[in-house]
Amino acid sequence: MSTPSTNAPTGRRRPNAGDGPELVPTHSDEPLLQVRDLTVGFRTEDGRVSAVDQVSFDARAGELLAVVGESGCGKSVAATALSGLLPHNATVTGSVRLDGVELVGASPDQLRAVRGKEIAYIFQEPMTSLNPVFTVGRQVAEVLRVHEGMNRRDAMSRAVELLELVGIPTPRERIKHYPHQLSGGLRQRVMIAMAVACNPRVLVADEPTTALDVTVQAGILDVLRDMRDRLGAAVVLITHDLGVVADVADRVMVMYAGRVVERGEVHELFERPRHHYTVGLLGAVPSARTADGQQRLREIPGLVPTLAEQPDACTFADRCPAASDKCRSSQPRLDVAPASRHEVACWHPAGTDRAEVPA
Amino acid sequence: MGRYLLRRVAQSMVTLVLATMVVFAGVRALPGDPARALAGEENDPARIAAVRAKYGLDDAVWLQYWHYLTNSLTGDFGTSVRTNIPVAEMLKSALPVTIELSLLSLSVAALIGVLTGVLAAVRRGHPAEWLSNAFALLGLSVPNFWLGLMAILYLSVALAIFPASGHVPFFEDPVANLHHMVLPALVLGTGLAAVIMRQTRSSMLDALGTDYIRTARAKGLAERTVIGVHALRNSLIVVVTIVGLQLGALISGAVVTERIFGLPGFGKLTVDSVFQRDYPVIQGVVLVTASAYILINLLVDLLYSLIDPRIRVQGEAA
Amino acid sequence: MATVEAPLVDPPRVAGARLRRGRAVRRLLRSPLAVTGLVVLCVAVLAALLAPLLAPYGPSDAHFDARFDPPGSPGYVLGTDSLGRDIFSRILFGLRASLLVGVLSVLLALVVGVPLGLIAGYFSKLDGVISRLTDLVLAFPFLILAVGLAAIRGASLSNAALAIGIAQVPGIIRVTRSETLRLKSLDYVAAAVAEGASDLWVLARHIFPNATSVLIVQATVAIPAAILGEAVLSFLGLGIQPPSPSLGTMLSEAQQAISRAPWTAVIPGLAIMVVTLAFNLFGDGLRDALDPRASRR
Repeated sequence: MSTPSTNAPTGRRRPNAGDGPELVPTHSDEPLLQVRDLTVGFRTEDGRVSAVDQVSFDARAGELLAVVGESGCGKSVAATALSGLLPHNATVTGSVRLDGVELVGASPDQLRAVRGKEIAYIFQEPMTSLNPVFTVGRQVAEVLRVHEGMNRRDAMSRAVELLELVGIPTPRERIKHYPHQLSGGLRQRVMIAMAVACNPRVLVADEPTTALDVTVQAGILDVLRDMRDRLGAAVVLITHDLGVVADVADRVMVMYAGRVVERGEVHELFERPRHHYTVGLLGAVPSARTADGQQRLREIPGLVPTLAEQPDACTFADRCPAASDKCRSSQPRLDVAPASRHEVACWHPAGTDRAEVPA
Repeated sequence: MGRYLLRRVAQSMVTLVLATMVVFAGVRALPGDPARALAGEENDPARIAAVRAKYGLDDAVWLQYWHYLTNSLTGDFGTSVRTNIPVAEMLKSALPVTIELSLLSLSVAALIGVLTGVLAAVRRGHPAEWLSNAFALLGLSVPNFWLGLMAILYLSVALAIFPASGHVPFFEDPVANLHHMVLPALVLGTGLAAVIMRQTRSSMLDALGTDYIRTARAKGLAERTVIGVHALRNSLIVVVTIVGLQLGALISGAVVTERIFGLPGFGKLTVDSVFQRDYPVIQGVVLVTASAYILINLLVDLLYSLIDPRIRVQGEAA
Repeated sequence: MATVEAPLVDPPRVAGARLRRGRAVRRLLRSPLAVTGLVVLCVAVLAALLAPLLAPYGPSDAHFDARFDPPGSPGYVLGTDSLGRDIFSRILFGLRASLLVGVLSVLLALVVGVPLGLIAGYFSKLDGVISRLTDLVLAFPFLILAVGLAAIRGASLSNAALAIGIAQVPGIIRVTRSETLRLKSLDYVAAAVAEGASDLWVLARHIFPNATSVLIVQATVAIPAAILGEAVLSFLGLGIQPPSPSLGTMLSEAQQAISRAPWTAVIPGLAIMVVTLAFNLFGDGLRDALDPRASRR
């Protein structure tokens, strides 16, 4: 898949005053997106379900942060909560600050101005995420008309440029097509074009390659990486595919049952995983070394629990080979892991003094 | 689009030809001599002979059918045995009234039905949802001719807001015409509004749960755009189909409504002709209704393909 | 609405029908609206069956000394009409005729429509032919059909039921067909076919029993539509003939004296409305109970 080569936007366009919400530029060393103690619960017929528990992380401009975990671990919910996109039965607490502006509890109008403009999303299902009754051109142009106040014609010609930017051949014809006329890979590129249309500062990609053929995946990841570099956006990539993470991520955050269990720079973390869940995940990745059939694909026994309340305990204890009584009675907090430069939430970190691990 | 359209038109033509056969066979199924029936009950031998000659009633059946078909195609449906007026002329004067009534009630029904349907889907758990649902359930259960009687009883007789019956041609006096049409249109539209409301509600709920609505929200669109453009456009595909299926109901309803409000339309012509055993008129009315219905359904299908690009662009897909 | 072209029901997603039926009944009984509908229906059916015992007078007994007595008059709970006939008694017997036509016509539609729907859904070669047939019937709106029948065979209760039944057939065919198509694609049916079961066996043992839930729901929509249809036909004079009591003929007779004795028009209409409303409430509850996905809405 060739990388797009057009007159792409270079560098960040700072928003002018009065352009969308009041986003005051702050010191460059402060992270673009600061998430603190983000907690999400859902009211359902069967009572409250906790989806995300006190998740904190930073996303920096020009950096690709991967959020990893099994399905149901709360990574998608956390990402959709960033701009208040959750259904009405969700309750969100904590803090999400975009360039210093608080988004949790912001008014619907404020959030609308942020969505698609400052924080843009790419969803998992390119088949169903585009509206079947409108041309893709119209759907891309719509974002520009809403956020940039462009007229129909300007928005359409900009849409052509955007489709070209994300590597769609013959964009001038393609804008007139309906989603059902495009392949899955092309649709996902349309989704990306739509997401980057307003040069967002944060780009959230929720399993963008999961529904696609392996051959198409690499191309989509190339485009994502390219967008990070050209836009200087903070890209949050949600995936359960550690191979993808190793390929494209700068930093990685591992989630389990709604909590962050380990996070850090990607190579460091992959080389010295300290959480037993991360160890298990890495063991479950078929790598070049295991391809000879000597090592079997490892699986972590058990399932991610669905929790009504977050307990004061390690939620991974029931599946953990190193669990002790302490794990079941006290919640470990994220802290710098021993003999490493990243953080882990574990009472008995892996790969350290074996004496700490009960037999 | 081309192939789909051609196939659809061909299907309609087949149905139309079958319908003419049914009507043709129906007249031959009348008790006694069809010539006598078509000539009226008086035993006027000259007239019976004329009818016999015109339809070739002594010819082979397929030849008779051919005559009947060609006569109908040229707009010759025979002559009323009661009034001696050509059936085609009677139809011509009755049709505008019925078309106006149908269009008015369809508009009323679509307006009320889509609005309340969207409201019920968007305002979950709000009194508006409850009210809309109750309205739809009542609309489905109330016989519309009874609603008409009640409207006359309370709005025309007691309060004298609207005339109870009568008709003024639109081009003579549009205001008086509409004044006479308001009640019939409302009465006829209520039931259809209920059907449209329920369909709109359920397809809106389906649409609101889709991924593309999440995408629309993630794009930062205003909620009214998300609902009024992205969700509604998809829901309308289903609603249009339902309206198409309800056209027969609309025609049936128009017959009764016209009878109650004394409108000189197609419905009145139909019922009167049955009571007067005016067979040429019955035959013409049935044939014209069936043809109109088939053609309108064809139009609805074409409209459907205009709204849904999945049909328009790929022909037979979906 | 004055029509018998019942709106099509979304086929509920039912699998392993018998196992789930018990749960569906329990869900149904938990819905207050559906239970209300069911109770009203039972009362109406009982009243219709026991009409000769319950009615204080014969349905056609004229009392010329008591013409246009308003409701609540001594001896006449719901008043009398232009001939002094007791409206309460006429309602009971009218209900009888309405329910009879409603059930008869839907039975007729089921007997004709279900086999055709099964064939259309199962044997794709015959699908086109049956679809054209359905289109043909649909081309004659129910009232036009009834007009034609009345012209050929005369106006009567049985001809009204026949016209309404024929008008219901396309709806039954469509529902049966789409359910057959859905069931045919399920693994266990495909397995039965692969094991060499005959077509008739598959249709009778696997497809029809599992399609009954959908058909029951469709019937709860079709019967009230048929009742309204009967009322319309009788109102127009194309159905049940006076002096036989029917809710439709009562309304038609009331039309002349509507300002003098409004109750003669109000009461039969309310009776029709209550019965159809009860059917619709029960039908909605049934559909939700069989399709939990829809009930969450």
